[in-house]
Amino acid sequence: MEITLTHFLVLGAIIFCLGMYTVLSRRNAISVLMGVELILNSANINYVAFAHYSSGGVDGQIYAIFVIMLAAAEAAVGLAIVLAIFQIFHTIDVGATETLKN
Amino acid sequence: MDLDNLASLEYFYPEIILAGAILLVIVLDLVIKNKRVIGALSILGCLASLGATLQLYSGPSGFLFHRMMVLDHFSLFFKIVALAATILVLWMSFSSREVASLHQGEYATILLSSALGMFFMASATNLLMAYLSLEMVSITSYILTGFLPRNRRSSEAALKYLIYGGVASGAMIYGMSWIFGMTGSLDYSQIHAALFQGQPNQLALFIAFVLILAGFGYKIVFVPFHMWSPDVYQGAPTPFTAFLSVASNAAGVAILLRFFFPGVSQLGPDGSWRFLSGVEWPQFLLIVSMVTMTLGNLSALGQQNLKRMLAYSGIAHAGYILMGLVVLNTEGLQAMLFYIVVYLIMNLGAFLVVVLVANATGKEEIDGYRGLAWRGSAVPAIAMAIFLFSLTGLPPLAGFVGKFFLFAAVIKQQFYLLALVAVANSVISLYYYARVVKVMFLDFPEASDGRVELNPGAATLLGLLSVMTLVFGIYWGPLVAFTSQSLQFFTK
Repeated sequence: MEITLTHFLVLGAIIFCLGMYTVLSRRNAISVLMGVELILNSANINYVAFAHYSSGGVDGQIYAIFVIMLAAAEAAVGLAIVLAIFQIFHTIDVGATETLKN
Repeated sequence: MDLDNLASLEYFYPEIILAGAILLVIVLDLVIKNKRVIGALSILGCLASLGATLQLYSGPSGFLFHRMMVLDHFSLFFKIVALAATILVLWMSFSSREVASLHQGEYATILLSSALGMFFMASATNLLMAYLSLEMVSITSYILTGFLPRNRRSSEAALKYLIYGGVASGAMIYGMSWIFGMTGSLDYSQIHAALFQGQPNQLALFIAFVLILAGFGYKIVFVPFHMWSPDVYQGAPTPFTAFLSVASNAAGVAILLRFFFPGVSQLGPDGSWRFLSGVEWPQFLLIVSMVTMTLGNLSALGQQNLKRMLAYSGIAHAGYILMGLVVLNTEGLQAMLFYIVVYLIMNLGAFLVVVLVANATGKEEIDGYRGLAWRGSAVPAIAMAIFLFSLTGLPPLAGFVGKFFLFAAVIKQQFYLLALVAVANSVISLYYYARVVKVMFLDFPEASDGRVELNPGAATLLGLLSVMTLVFGIYWGPLVAFTSQSLQFFTK
């Protein structure tokens, strides 16, 4: 079977949905951040696939590289915040840190 | 004008000066012991950058850095807004006891970096640049939200902001990847050409636009991407909350307008914008605008915490600003720009009073405002009344003029339902704004309530902002001229 653009797009869509599901269902802050990473990587798959199967420019690949770099920056800040949360609340359960509400 | 990297530098002075100021602050922070100097230096950097921006305003327009960014009046307008917000917030931070406990050098550096990100947001004409600039603003905002050390609220707010922001920007780049796939380009003008000449799949386009709106919408704070805002506004250091509510919102509007107007719609001969056919955007935005303002105002009614109340009022104001987008014409856009400037002035003023009261009493709840007019200086109470009535939209204040232009633009295009909902919302909002004024003037203070002290810096800023609120309510001509001049997009 030949692998076409559609296969990659379906893979991207599945990973996007898995990422969304992870963010919505997990209560552990690190798992939620991993869900965000899945969402970002689903977009990466799309970019690289579109760039590969279309005109042949490298815009898509470059975009994916930038996304990877920014995901690292976001993870660095995210983990620092999770660390601060752990020091204060002694848990990283996003439901247990609820002090701000109406 | 379509310049390459080296030639672009000549038109890139505002950003270069700001970046230089950031580096200088980082280095001097290691050497200088008096932390006030750091704040003053940051303001000087912003002023220098503002000078360069104003100078470019009378110069030519064009694409910079191989069409990654654009220099036109529209981008310069939002750069001026971002700089004005940064300067005022830095000034406000001098009087904040909350900020005084923080590491000043880092605080100023990150705030200036956020402003630099907003510069790029205002001028991005490429999907990659749009994403990078948005993330630059987001990541700096996460850091400053969680900047209060060992503070439960601040850390929790930062975590919530990070998760919402991460998901929203992830969804946005996923949507952008579909646009890239359909058009084969990341450049706005090539996307424009491909979408208008080709026959894009309507469903795919709709999904892509909704996903992109998630990313922009969480910056502007409209429903349903608003959930983070009350918690983040309440948890973040107050001067930064003020920054977030005006500057981040304005930058979001800038990136949204740039993408939706020169990007995916066409300017008709009569000054109205024609959107890509097949997708009913005006209807969609109409509903979003009405739901946003109603939900914001209704949720604000029962709030006891002033910062939280102002967060919901900010959501409502995002709804008002969106009204200008619904009509899809130049008049609506101009009303949006005008409202952004007016909102900047009055909202920063309201937050300044919140800072002053929190300094004196340590309270952000409404009972900290009991009899504020009779505790020490009456100036903060009077100024707060001006800002809150202006936020409601009562004449003769600036907020009234801003709302008048928005309503006029909407009524001219016969969106009567939207105008009616907006008027009803203004009436609802009067209730919760007037409640604060009532508590300040008609309730009596108790012995335990601290006196509110005014230092000269804060008093000057408070006077400046309230005078501007009054003046723009009576003499709005120059500001209208400035906004209509700023509504120039460079597309060719």
